[in-house]
Amino acid sequence: MKVLKDLYYTNDHEWVKIEGGEAYIGITDFAQHNLGDIVYVELPEIDDEFDKEEAFSAVESVKAASDVYLPLSGKVIAVNEALIDDPALLNSDPYENWIAKFEVNDRSQIDELMTSEEYEKLLAEEE
Amino acid sequence: MDAKKTPLYDEHLRLGGKIVDYAGWALPVQYEGQGLVVEHEAVRNTAGLFDVSHMGEIKVTGKESTKFLDFLLTNDISKMVDAQIIYTFMAYETGGVVDDLLVYKFGDEDYLLVVNAANVCKDFDWILKQKGKFDVAIDNISDEIGEVALQGPLAQEILQKLTNYDLNDVKFFHLANDVDINGVKCLISRTGYTGEDGFEIYTDNQGIVKVWKDILESGKEEGIKPTGLGCRDTLRFEAALPLYGHEISQDINPLEGDFKFFVKLKKDSNFIGKEALNKYYNDGMKRKLVGFELTERGIPREGYEVYKDGERIGHVTTGYLSPTLKKNIGNALIDIRYAKLGEQIDIKIRNKYVKAKIIDRKFLKK
Repeated sequence: MKVLKDLYYTNDHEWVKIEGGEAYIGITDFAQHNLGDIVYVELPEIDDEFDKEEAFSAVESVKAASDVYLPLSGKVIAVNEALIDDPALLNSDPYENWIAKFEVNDRSQIDELMTSEEYEKLLAEEE
Repeated sequence: MDAKKTPLYDEHLRLGGKIVDYAGWALPVQYEGQGLVVEHEAVRNTAGLFDVSHMGEIKVTGKESTKFLDFLLTNDISKMVDAQIIYTFMAYETGGVVDDLLVYKFGDEDYLLVVNAANVCKDFDWILKQKGKFDVAIDNISDEIGEVALQGPLAQEILQKLTNYDLNDVKFFHLANDVDINGVKCLISRTGYTGEDGFEIYTDNQGIVKVWKDILESGKEEGIKPTGLGCRDTLRFEAALPLYGHEISQDINPLEGDFKFFVKLKKDSNFIGKEALNKYYNDGMKRKLVGFELTERGIPREGYEVYKDGERIGHVTTGYLSPTLKKNIGNALIDIRYAKLGEQIDIKIRNKYVKAKIIDRKFLKK
């Protein structure tokens, strides 16, 4: 399973890229592999606000729908519209294709995220 | 995993099956390198092979077999001929469904019931309880039988290579017993749960492994694929076939589910549930199972609520992005007042109300 070094991670297999006061969120290679062929991605609206651990998106395979959780509270400032017509982008490159970009409310929440080493440990336990 | 293993478990591992617990059985939801959509398309275009050894088989034999089954089941058993198979419900006195099943007739005193894996124990107990003074013997032989389902337009071509028995002689919903499939004696039937042509093949737990391997080998040039539980559900859903616990259940009677054809209210014999079902039929149903298609973006799924003008009117019993039709469709059990073709309804997907319209439930009909 691919794990990128300069990202943060969560227990639910989301990745987080921090750029100043903004965060990109996506799903990891482990998540996309587990879901199988992704056929639908539900995107939030610009300006939607979410609390930490709230579901802001859903990623669906033919078989099932999976919520995607926001690991830190924030406001949506951009969504990846390419996922509307081509949801399978999340399978082909889950790290290149972010789902939404957020303005982070509370920067201290970043410290609670997992590092890539911690995430690799988690994956080792799952397998 | 605590789940029970079918005789084909090692085969599923060998083929890269992603094993899940289904009704207490360890079975593949799909296979590595393929996936649900590829497997679904194989069944529609060439052939797929399902391990269905988890299904239950209950023998009903003895002098009053026909009479007993006519009492136990909603369809008309007395009209069956030898080697015929029918689909029927087994109902509670309330008209709700104990299970849906196939009845294989070998003779007036010799029947085999094939029941859902999730309901085997419940069904067997129920049948024993209903036996009363009928002169019949009831045997649960589920653990002794392995079963596979070969389904798809090329199913007959693939199976014919393995037997001298002319498969053209096995008509739809008929059986042939003691058929030699490459050295293994099998019961075969032209039945299935996919909406395609195909065969269900039964034999003992050792023989079924050879049959599975031989069919996969025989079907290589036709492009056969082992197929899992994932596509089993999407295929039967597209073909308008019910799944117990979804379109029919203890709380959803077959008349609501639009399956009146298999409930012979006019048959001579009394049957369990006849009185209640007659009453529903005469008083008029309050709910109806309908098909629907989303007219806005989204995927409908089982359990999602159905609304009309802000009022909850029912729920989705099964829903998918249909792999064959490539549309977002579903079945819903709703207040009968809104069950008209073309009616606009709303499906609640997470916290959004997504527009849908009611369509014919026979999704594959051209």
